[in-house]
Amino acid sequence: MAERARVVITGVGLTSPNGDDLGTFRGNLLSGVSGVEAYEIRHVGPTLAGVCHFDATRHQKRKEIRRGTRAGSIAIYCAREAFADAGLEPTRYGVDRTGVYVGITEHGNVETENEVHSVSQYDFDLSFWSHHHNPRTVANSPAGEVTLNMGLHGPAYCLGGACAAGNLGLIQAVQMLQLGEVDLALGGGVSESIHTFGIFASFAAQGALATHADPTKASRPFDRDRNGIVVSEGGCLFVLERLEDAQARGAKIYGEVVGHAVNSDAADFVLPLAERQNQCMRQALKRAGMEPGDVDVVNTHATSTAQGDIQECLALREVFADSPRTRINNTKSFIGHAMGAAGALELAGNLPSFEDGMIHPTINVDDLDPECDVRGLVLNNPVEAERVDTILSLSFGMLGINSAVIVRRF
Amino acid sequence: MTRDEIILAVKDIISTIAPDEELDGLDPAQPLRDQIELDSMDFLDIVMELRKRYSVQMPEEDYGELNTLDSCAEYLMPRLEGQELKLAGA
Repeated sequence: MAERARVVITGVGLTSPNGDDLGTFRGNLLSGVSGVEAYEIRHVGPTLAGVCHFDATRHQKRKEIRRGTRAGSIAIYCAREAFADAGLEPTRYGVDRTGVYVGITEHGNVETENEVHSVSQYDFDLSFWSHHHNPRTVANSPAGEVTLNMGLHGPAYCLGGACAAGNLGLIQAVQMLQLGEVDLALGGGVSESIHTFGIFASFAAQGALATHADPTKASRPFDRDRNGIVVSEGGCLFVLERLEDAQARGAKIYGEVVGHAVNSDAADFVLPLAERQNQCMRQALKRAGMEPGDVDVVNTHATSTAQGDIQECLALREVFADSPRTRINNTKSFIGHAMGAAGALELAGNLPSFEDGMIHPTINVDDLDPECDVRGLVLNNPVEAERVDTILSLSFGMLGINSAVIVRRF
Repeated sequence: MTRDEIILAVKDIISTIAPDEELDGLDPAQPLRDQIELDSMDFLDIVMELRKRYSVQMPEEDYGELNTLDSCAEYLMPRLEGQELKLAGA
């Protein structure tokens, strides 16, 4: 196979429950600030969630917001902010040579629930069902909203990958650049999942919805008292370019995407499987031409569920058995589970460690579960490393999808 | 509702559908689409809001009656007779 073009990250646009730009987000990860808060949603009542507080009108007219979806607003905000961060105009490479790849865990539940609720007020007379329902719920909707807002004509679509989707968006962007299909790509993921009661109700029915008197303590991967997932909204899109293009314009380079892998458990609808997670990590390392010992930071997927965290720790223990320098952290402990955005947001939160050498911890571990006691786990307080050169970020999802992305300092 | 109230009702609906538009200076005799940014989906929204607020069932062949504020008033006068003005965009 011909040598693949090298692809680098040159811009980051994000909104998370604890920050609407990388600097704020990173600052809060290093100072232990959670973004989880009390939340209430139709039919479920009081619960907890990670809620974003960005100003959608910064990049959208009020009519666009009304007509589109929350996922679309998040995607537009992230896309615009990512371009600004990269110091790029959307026209830089030609609007037909710019692709948009947005990972989604799900899309359409929010809009469908809203319509059903609306017609329920009219005795289910479907003449009150909105003509906006189909354009809002088609699976390319968030990516399509970005193209409408920015006037982009390149290939733009969403990648459905359960909670691995944020990594899928990034991987697709890398691949499209390597194929020469586009010259600039936005890749990452978004989540509007806190606006569908169904996701809360389903996690609750599964016994996997977090509860805690203090919302900021609810997301606690690896802690013995963890009791489930905090559902969050959010988004993160990266600007990606081929290395030579980025260098030619003197771009700031956050890092190079040197490895990635996606595989499938083929074992269970819901339960994760350490063996395939292990294979996924090893496949990504192989593609990067690296050994486990080359990895400085592993951002875990761990969602604060009983079984999921243990399975992941089993995989980590095996892969990094001979890697004493590898540190392991978790970002969901701060922001909850941002679903389709998780992979991209969590990678973004770690990227500044190339510059500052700091590794954010996993917070809320008061009583470490012995089954989650993995060497290198950064507990509750950040640590300073001599140098961080390589980050491995993991995202897994239902139906047994696993993904791993490796980014190296450039 | 009076003719003025009907025009107010339609403008109120438009203000929720096209919240970025300035509606104060609209010429009631001129086509709405020539004065503000409205597309076919917006007109479907107007039809939907008339249905929700005033139970006006507007068949597709009548959509052209929404062309101007004047034509809206002509069309809606007999259909909104005796109804109260309902403002949401205020």
